Amino acid sequence: MTRMVKIPGGGRLSRLMAGLVIAAVPATGAVAADGDGTRIDWGPYKVGDVRSGYTYAGAQTRAMQDDDFQNPAFLWLERGAELWDTAEGAAGKACADCHGDAEESMADVATHYPIYFEDWGKLMNIEQRINWCRETQMQAEPFEWESDDLLGITAFVKHQSKGLPVDVSVDGPAAPFFEKGKAFYEERRGQLDMACTHCHVDHPGDLIRAETLSQGQANGFPTYRLKWQTLGSLHRRFRGCNRNIRAEPFPYGSDEYTNLELYVTWRGNGLPVESPSVRK
Amino acid sequence: MHSNGRSKTRAGWPGLGLLAELGLAGSGLTLVAVPASVPAHAAAPPSYTVQGGYTIPEPLTDTPGDPAMGRNWVINRKLGNCLSCHQMPIPEEQFHGETAPALYGVGDLYSAGELRLRIVDPKVLNPQSMMPAFYKTEGLNRVLKGFEGRPILTAQQVEDIIAYLMTLKDTSKAKN
Ligand code: HEC
Ligand code: HEC
Repeated sequence: MTRMVKIPGGGRLSRLMAGLVIAAVPATGAVAADGDGTRIDWGPYKVGDVRSGYTYAGAQTRAMQDDDFQNPAFLWLERGAELWDTAEGAAGKACADCHGDAEESMADVATHYPIYFEDWGKLMNIEQRINWCRETQMQAEPFEWESDDLLGITAFVKHQSKGLPVDVSVDGPAAPFFEKGKAFYEERRGQLDMACTHCHVDHPGDLIRAETLSQGQANGFPTYRLKWQTLGSLHRRFRGCNRNIRAEPFPYGSDEYTNLELYVTWRGNGLPVESPSVRK
Repeated sequence: MHSNGRSKTRAGWPGLGLLAELGLAGSGLTLVAVPASVPAHAAAPPSYTVQGGYTIPEPLTDTPGDPAMGRNWVINRKLGNCLSCHQMPIPEEQFHGETAPALYGVGDLYSAGELRLRIVDPKVLNPQSMMPAFYKTEGLNRVLKGFEGRPILTAQQVEDIIAYLMTLKDTSKAKN
């Protein structure tokens, strides 16, 4: 990726960070037991039985996510902020030319994606929306999946919803796609013959070798994963979980994964958008 | 599928050779290219018979299992990787999994045949099981390229693991 330097006190990033400090609700330790075997009050990261991956992460990982200057994902956020203002493509337009100030125009957008997109007759997630804007509105090349540019602008857009509850709708025209995503989630696959449910519904909180299983929530993506040493999309995580059970992964942005994304995101309705999160 | 107590004989796996089973992902092409000359040591896994829906009494190989090798296979992350889900009396390995029952004392609890079925195809006993079938190739969905058509473990590895499990007689150290 392009080298990025953090400039304390400079421009958009610091405004962003100022916004964050207000939005972030750090889960400070040692409140009364919460019925989930921990002594921590997880604040917004736990809604009923629904728990963000944050609540299964180690204290150090959580601290990295909470401290804007330690969270390595902020490098990508800065890239995203730059891209927002950069005109590209034959139309000579930047995101900002149509959408203005992201803090206002993108304020809760990420809480609703994936959406049903009528022109396509199927679902669209944020990455796909961004590339749709590039292709049809800017007449620019779409960004590649997992490029620093697509990760950066996706993180930047989702970040505008940070702290707001995820609220995807799964009825109406989205319903059949939601059902497909649900079926995928429950279907065994791979040489190890396991479904997502075996790990993320039956065993959150349990160790699988050195990893503590979580509920596999989507609210923190794109996430900076220490193991990856980079930001990564939800579809990258899906591919990793598929490979771990020796199942042939689906392509980035495939219908299968976008349908799955809707189901997985819906499981976390009510959790705050955390993008970009930090995970092990 | 077979939990109704009927016996069922399964066809063996069609001689793609030991190489593939030794974790050489990506070598599938080569193997497919040389189907006729299967090396002498790479016999196809024999078929097996589930009796009464709860046991596979006949060993899968003529060579008796080696418990020391079995101990290696249960640790090895590319083979048994049993520790990812089960706790076992293997103190030098950190982080034993918690998603399945501890295996302390299973050698006392089950016969070799009962353990064999639990490793070969645990879904005969519990169709909902999280545990992979370690010696099965049919009925799988979208197996990763390079792993198609071969079981996770070889017949001999299964026998080695059974021999190892049969040495686990002491339940006293079980954590759960
Ligand atoms: C063999 C166990 C296993 C299976 C099966 C599995 N996963 Fe995972 N998954 C993990 C582990 C381990 C992690 C990392 C720790 C955690 O967050 O649970 C993880 C993490 C995730 C995360 C990231 C959560 C976060 O907070 O960052 C998502 C999303 C996810 N999985 C979705 C899925 C989906 C969808 C499937 C099925 C297609 C699936 N997983 C199947 C083991 C599994
Ligand atoms: C992904 C998780 C997982 C892996 C990997 C796994 N198991 Fe299991 N195992 C289970 C579960 C869950 C059970 C409980 C019974 C059931 O649900 O089928 C079980 C049950 C057993 C039992 C019966 C235990 C009892 O007390 O009844 C034995 C024996 C066993 N496993 C051996 C093994 C061996 C040997 C390996 C490796 C070659 C292994 N398992 C790998 C999940 C796993």
